[in-house]
Amino acid sequence: MPSIKELAKRKEKFVSGHRLCPGCGAGVIARLVMLAIDKPVVVGCATGCLEVSSTIFPYSSWDTPFIHSAFENVAATISGAESAYKVLKKQGKIDKDIVFVAFGGDGGTYDIGLQSLSGAAERGHRMLYVCYNNQAYMNTGIQRSSATPRGASTTTSPAGKVIPGKLQFSKDIMSIMIAHNIPYAAQTIPGRWNDIVNKVEKAINTDGFSFINVLSPCRLGWPHKPEMAMEITRIAVETCFWPLYECENGKYKLNYKPKEKKPITEWLKLQGRFAHLLKPGNEHIVEEIQKEVDRRWEELLKKCETS
Amino acid sequence: MPSKRVTKTGNEIFAEAMRQINPDVVAAYPITPATEIVQIFSQFVADGIVKTEYVAVESEHSAMSACIGSAATGARTMTGTSSQGLALMWEMLYIAAGLRLPIIMAVVNRALSAPINIHCDHSDTMGARDSGWIQIYSENVQEAYDNLVQAVKIAEHPEVRLPVMATTDGFILSHCLEVAEILDDETVQKFIGEPPKRPTIFDFENPITLGALDLQDYYFEHRRQVAETMKKSIRVIDEVADEYAKLTGRKYSFFESYYLDDAEYAIVLIGSTAGTAKDVVDKLRNEGKKVGLMKIRVFRPFDYLRVRKALENIKIIGVMDRADGLNSFCGPLFSEICTCLYESEKKPALMNFIYGLGGREVREEDIETVFEELFKIEKQGKTVNTKYIGVRE
Repeated sequence: MPSIKELAKRKEKFVSGHRLCPGCGAGVIARLVMLAIDKPVVVGCATGCLEVSSTIFPYSSWDTPFIHSAFENVAATISGAESAYKVLKKQGKIDKDIVFVAFGGDGGTYDIGLQSLSGAAERGHRMLYVCYNNQAYMNTGIQRSSATPRGASTTTSPAGKVIPGKLQFSKDIMSIMIAHNIPYAAQTIPGRWNDIVNKVEKAINTDGFSFINVLSPCRLGWPHKPEMAMEITRIAVETCFWPLYECENGKYKLNYKPKEKKPITEWLKLQGRFAHLLKPGNEHIVEEIQKEVDRRWEELLKKCETS
Repeated sequence: MPSKRVTKTGNEIFAEAMRQINPDVVAAYPITPATEIVQIFSQFVADGIVKTEYVAVESEHSAMSACIGSAATGARTMTGTSSQGLALMWEMLYIAAGLRLPIIMAVVNRALSAPINIHCDHSDTMGARDSGWIQIYSENVQEAYDNLVQAVKIAEHPEVRLPVMATTDGFILSHCLEVAEILDDETVQKFIGEPPKRPTIFDFENPITLGALDLQDYYFEHRRQVAETMKKSIRVIDEVADEYAKLTGRKYSFFESYYLDDAEYAIVLIGSTAGTAKDVVDKLRNEGKKVGLMKIRVFRPFDYLRVRKALENIKIIGVMDRADGLNSFCGPLFSEICTCLYESEKKPALMNFIYGLGGREVREEDIETVFEELFKIEKQGKTVNTKYIGVRE
């Protein structure tokens, strides 16, 4: 793995000038992913914050070939490009080793893009799919997705007098992707550059489909203080809300174990979308969330021990 | 030129043309109703007789998405679909055209749900008529072959770079055996040539951002370019037809005129019904009636000027639509014919007939009924509203 100094010297492929919000996780994620790939790379992007903010014609933040077609189909779009690569390489029309990366938000991954993602994973295209997961449809106005956590207030699961924010827990996309028997899947955060860079490196050196789920803070939708963006992702890890782990050929590995598991309130209290949960009367929801975080954490530990 | 006669169904001939075109990538999905085209073609892939990378995607939406990703690299890219499959591709059809990607698609025309139906009508492609795809329709299996081969050259022409769909009528052509003449593989390859160079996402020296966000300041200009390109493609479609005629002796135009020159009554229609209509025209001509037929081959772009010129001297025209506009007035072909004749000083009388929906059989008697309606108009001195042919009401 390259050192931070070496990374800093690499040519940037996701460059400044984009219109992402200050304190947005997506820009940091895109930059780190692109820095980790020291090869010719074709990027696909689902419709979403990252795409609309980085490609406003006639400008582009992508100093590498880039394609966007629609919202629900980045995995299918890149499937086509990767298939063309295989056949053109066979014909000797291309001599480079090309890496394919698809970026999708959680809506474009967990919800509307799940079918095309599943298809591409099943077919085993050699690509890295990065879900920059800000846990709601932030680009279109903070609507809930199946990645939105229990209790979060969004514009379509607002905290009201009767309903206290989203009723369901988030979909377990990692298990779904791992169930495709893909050779590499990992979960990471932008707040630990070495973790994300390491995982991207592993993924692009994997012969087949790989998937990385990255927690992406959204200062508008969560909302949080912009300067807290990276820190907040580390707190997600410390509370075991967002464990850092990977699954290589079916073998789970925990990449970081907090010395002391922090209570979930440490994560909740930093974000406006959970503010109502910390008011009197909603203690039972916080308890439920803690219970589910614990359950998922224990389940993950078991998988790491037994797989 | 070396050619041979074969007996094939419409689906088989499309697959055979695809084998000869030997595209880099085919991405397809067998939605209900599935077409055999890509099944036959996958056998060619499995047997190693084409170089194609076959992407067996999980939906038609992904089929067109994968075609977009593939075509963006400069690879020659094809697919095939029908009915609901085309409907599911809708969103991506517009994107393929807007990104100026020369994807070639074989379409079997079949009805759209509901009710669910797998038989012929033109509702599927008529709905896609404003998507920016060039549309070429076929009367028979021979034309299906000729149209698909020409489609490659039209789509990839540097002045066009638009996707093209070539179509056949479901079952009537797709599943019926006909004799057709096909070129040999080498001649097809020579005719279509290597795909001309265009900007691609495999250019790392000059990386492009394809599919950028266009706001109020640029979107309109880019759409305007597509409109202008569609206009320019008329000349290219003619050029490709001329070149193809030199190879095969089969000369294609935007439409075929059958006894139109001195006709007083004519039918305008699209697709396989032209065969039946020609027989009726022959019969009525033998009876001394001055009748004729215009078969539209290229519906997008629509060659208004030439269609007008060919029709304006006719007294009464019946336009037969195998798709309903459900607009309380007429079908889509009728709208086009009306529009192109509006500026003619002669203004023939026009009447619209909707026919053959969901595979309802069209017999010679039905075409005769249409002509009788046209004769009636002359006697009554006025046109009547859209008439439905062959339906119980």
